[in-house]
Amino acid sequence: MIEVRELSKSFGAVDAVAGVSFRVCRGEIVGFLGPNGAGKTTTMRILAGVFPPSSGTVRIAGRDPLREPLECRRAVGYFPEYAPFYPDLRVAAYLRFVARLKRIPRAHRANAVAEVLAACALEGVAHRRVGTLSKGYRQRVGLAQALCGNPPILILDEPTIGLDPGQVVEIRDLVRRLRGDRTVFFSSHILSEVATVCERVIVIARGRLVGEGTPDQLSARLGRRRRVVIRVDGPADEVTTALAAVPGVLRVERREGGLALEAAEGADVVRAAGAAMQQRGWSILELREEAIALEEIFLRLVSDGDPRS
Amino acid sequence: MTVLALARKELALYFTSFLFYALATVFLLLAGYFFYTNLGFFVLMGGVNLQRGLWQYQLLDLQRILLVLVPLFTMRLFAEERKLGTLELLWTYPVRDAEIVLGKFLACLGVLTLMVGATAVHPIMVATVYPVEAGPLVAGYAGLWLLVAAFVACGLFLSALTDSQLVAGAATYGVLLFFWVITWNEAAVNEVTLHLLVPFSLFDRFYPFALGAVDTRDVVYLVLFTIAFLGFTWFALDARRWRGLR
Repeated sequence: MIEVRELSKSFGAVDAVAGVSFRVCRGEIVGFLGPNGAGKTTTMRILAGVFPPSSGTVRIAGRDPLREPLECRRAVGYFPEYAPFYPDLRVAAYLRFVARLKRIPRAHRANAVAEVLAACALEGVAHRRVGTLSKGYRQRVGLAQALCGNPPILILDEPTIGLDPGQVVEIRDLVRRLRGDRTVFFSSHILSEVATVCERVIVIARGRLVGEGTPDQLSARLGRRRRVVIRVDGPADEVTTALAAVPGVLRVERREGGLALEAAEGADVVRAAGAAMQQRGWSILELREEAIALEEIFLRLVSDGDPRS
Repeated sequence: MTVLALARKELALYFTSFLFYALATVFLLLAGYFFYTNLGFFVLMGGVNLQRGLWQYQLLDLQRILLVLVPLFTMRLFAEERKLGTLELLWTYPVRDAEIVLGKFLACLGVLTLMVGATAVHPIMVATVYPVEAGPLVAGYAGLWLLVAAFVACGLFLSALTDSQLVAGAATYGVLLFFWVITWNEAAVNEVTLHLLVPFSLFDRFYPFALGAVDTRDVVYLVLFTIAFLGFTWFALDARRWRGLR
């Protein structure tokens, strides 16, 4: 449904996206993961037809947005980051406006609006001004406009940003429910969120693709590292150097109340680090192994660039 | 028609905004005041040439009020959408940029037409007590309408350049005043240059209309001015291809 090949976009000297390729198939729900500024929004704007890429090709439902822009836009429902809205329009009036712009024939318009109001549980606020609604409701209005006209592809740019945890769960459930036989391309900078909603994840950082796979595959591939926390009574710099030299230690990081060692899979770093400290006569105040959280793995992945390093 | 849908949304936003009612009130009060004083002037001074003189004064006064008020109507058209981020959404609907430009232009022009049209009550009042010749008056209002269209197109363009309504409004004043005073002071430029500038002055183009004379060249100039600025607006929206959204 969505096919992107060697997509690049630069604004002046800034390369927002630099050679990204991926596919999203019909009926798939795919997460688009990356830190802020990674190029997620730029990529999604190109897919939604806001502006064309600098180079590379895009196919939306088999069509080229450069040659058939209006047809491509009709196939896509887009939810922009921060769900922009007209504060003074009432929910139903706004959705009627959207339905007209999406060229839904007059005879089906009322139905189409009623459908999305129901799908997003907005019937109760249909006559309220959008500006008077809570953030969670406004977010749903944003989803409703994307859903209006029943497009086969939904592109959602951070639909849960700025919501409280209850609302996040609500929106996530809504996205899952809306899916039906639609293709959903969903961006987030939170891995666990993507993992709960999506079947497949595409990770991007600094405009480049850095990982792709199911959430399990990704975390398995990344999760082979371990972390050991150690607190030693000794000269800080020397301790750090000594620990970095321990076989299996990939890196040493200072943090509050001690040092964190990142260890390769399979290395018995706890024993080796303990032995190294004892050998130099420094007492160990604390030594334990810590699980690396999913979030952190993701952070590491996007900051390293190459997940296998 | 998506143009109409866009225009309709703009109208809904005008009619729900306090600014619109405030501006319309100011316009009608000022127009009424100028009508009262102009009428008083011609009645007291003997009403020598009421037919031409009164409406000429009145139309030139309306033109001045509109110069002050139109930028306040146009400044929000694109600047607000940019600020809210809703422009990005419009660009993802199956709508051409030209339709967006046209929808906004028509809505704003429609609102102002309504307001200017409301001042027709003045000649109607006069007509109940004194014969009014319709021809020159219709010509004058037609000219005023073309002038308003030119003002709106100019304001629309400057609104498309920024996400600040204030900047859009101020810039519109700048451009409109420039086209206004371009021939104001003959001493500023030499004779030859002045002759070259006169055709571009919005004020000099409107003046014959106020006298009741429709010159095709004036009509063509005002229409071209409007079309040119609508074209610039379209171009300003198209700039996102290489400039990004901001």
